[in-house]
This record gives sequence, C-alpha cells and structure tokens, in this order.
Amino acid sequence: MSTGLNDNEMISKVLSGDHQAYAGLVNRYQQYVFTLTLRMVKNREDAEEMAQDVFIKAYKYLADFRGASKFSTWLYTIVNNTCITFLRKKRPDIHSLDDDKMFELADSQDSGFRANLVEQKSKLAMINNAIAMLNPDDAQVITLFYKAEQSLEEIAGILGLEANTAKVRLHRARTRLKEKMETCFAEEIKDL
Amino acid sequence: MNTNNSNIPHTGGTGGMEERLWNYIDGNTSPKEKTGIIKLLDSNAAWKAKYKELLEIHQLIQSSELEAPSMRFSKNVMDEIARVHIAPATKTYINKRIIWSIGIFFIVLVVGFVIYSIGQTDWAAPNTTTDKYVGKIDFSRIFSNTWVNVFMMINVVLGLFLLDNYLSNKRKAFRKT
Repeated sequence: MSTGLNDNEMISKVLSGDHQAYAGLVNRYQQYVFTLTLRMVKNREDAEEMAQDVFIKAYKYLADFRGASKFSTWLYTIVNNTCITFLRKKRPDIHSLDDDKMFELADSQDSGFRANLVEQKSKLAMINNAIAMLNPDDAQVITLFYKAEQSLEEIAGILGLEANTAKVRLHRARTRLKEKMETCFAEEIKDL
Repeated sequence: MNTNNSNIPHTGGTGGMEERLWNYIDGNTSPKEKTGIIKLLDSNAAWKAKYKELLEIHQLIQSSELEAPSMRFSKNVMDEIARVHIAPATKTYINKRIIWSIGIFFIVLVVGFVIYSIGQTDWAAPNTTTDKYVGKIDFSRIFSNTWVNVFMMINVVLGLFLLDNYLSNKRKAFRKT
C-alpha cells in the first residue's frame, strides 16, 4: 500500500502507471469527500454515488492536477462542481428558504433527527445533526473549514468566491448553526 | 473590515462584536486588532460572555465527526477506475501556437482595416466641414430615442461595474502591501 507516501508522491505513482496507488488517496479522503457530499445532497445513497463519481473524475483528470494547490483543495473543487450539477438536476426537490413548505419540511426532518438524538444522546450527534439541518451552502462551508482543514482562501478557491465573501459566508453559517442549535436542541445544550 | 478600526475601543453592536470575535477565534486578526480584542475581553463583561459562547460553538463544531461511506466504497471506486483511463493533461493537447495564430489573425485583420480606412481618407481636403457640422448636431434628438437611452444606461452600469472591480482590485493590492 501507499499509505506512507504523501499526496504528491501517490499521484506521481498513479501517473506513472501504478493505478493501485490511487487506493491510498481514496482511503485517505473518502470520509472527507463523503461528508461533504452528504452535507450537500442530504441523502446517504446519493452522497455515496456522488463521492464515487468525484473519485472517478479526479482519477480521470489526475494529469491536470499541477500541484499549484493542495490535492485536497483540488479534490473538494470537484466535489463542489459535482454536487452543484447534481443539485441543479434535482432542482424540483429543492425549495427556497423563504418557502413556508421548506420550514414544514425542515420541521419534519428536525423531528426525525430529534428522535435519532434521543437514542444517541451525545453532543457529537447533536452537532452533526445540527450541521445536517443547515442548508447545503452553510453545511459545506462549515465542513470545509472545520473538518477538511481548508483555509478561507482555499475555500474561496473551491467555491469560486472572493476570500472576504467566503469569510462572511462562514460567519453566517456559524450564526445559523447557533440558531439551529438553540431552537432545535435547547434542552441538550442546557445539559452540556 | 473590522481590522481597520481595531484601535477604537468601542463595543459595537452584537453583529460587529460577533464578527470580530469570530475573526479572533479563527486567528484572522492583525496583531493590533488582537490586542484591542484582548483588552475588550478583559474589561467588558458582554464581550467576555459572547467570547465564551462563540468559543463553545467553535469547539463543538471542531468536535463534529466525519461521516463514513459504506465498507465497499473504496473497492467500488477501484473497480470503476479499472474501466477508466487517465486523460492526457489539457496542456498537452491544447496547442498554444494555434491560439496565438488565431489571436494574431484577428489583430492583423483589425490593423488591416484601420490602415485601409486611414489610406482612404482624403487628407488634402479642408477640415472646415467637421467644424461646420459638429456644432450643429442636435444631441437632444439622438438621446430622445428609448433604445439609445437603454443602450447608454447599460454602458453606464457596465462602466460602474468595471470601476468597482478596478477599485476593489486596487484595495486588495493595497491590503496585501
């Protein structure tokens, strides 16, 4: 296995013909990619399909990775583009945040998450569920910053934004997460 | 941004306070701004309480877990990859010479037209004709047309957009220095 190698070394191996070396990259990034796709598409089956698609695209265009950025940043750009395309195709299922039905839907999802929470009863489950309840853009920016360890400049590059806009988006996402936690998990927060 | 008014010991609204505190927690503050916030945290109970609250959220988010795909995920990807070939790098099949040739062709075309137009001008003719007519043009008639006005409005908006872009780039360059 190629686990001891860094990303660029693994990429060089893959490009020189050792296709199995790509498994190292898949193993290293599968959770990050899957978390990001799940945060965006909100459905495990679709998210897994999406994540698989991302790794296949990354493999196909690996020769185009010039190393100007981190491999993870390049990979998350593919995640973003793939998810955007998927969400555009599934547009009829997507509701505006101003839509009353959206809140009803969110409420029903909240009850589902809350029921799940009773079983798990942990602050980790609470924060994961709260992030999952956010809209895809907010969940994505939080995941990129906190879990995928991307800087604001890198997030801006991935999302095609200015660094300042990425910063504002992160602030807003955290504010919405805080509101979500206060409204949906008020009891659990008290227990913390 | 707030980093510019770090030396002002104002408490600001909740929004401003939150934004500055998030910047402080993320480590995105200048040394001057950092000192200002530390001072506020020492002296102002509201700032201290908000900082504690935001820090708790920050730590909670940091403790969130990554989701794991199914056990077969990696194998599925590798199986799919066996059927795919790595595409050659874009730079290997985009021939820069072709792009340059197209560019040069259009430049030559434009320059050719300009030279031809200049060549057609009768430089010996007196230029009194232009002086005679320029003053007589009735601009009010030209700009009374709706389409012309719409066209001019679009130009003005585009001009403002370009100016804004130019100024924001300048500001960014200035901040970097």
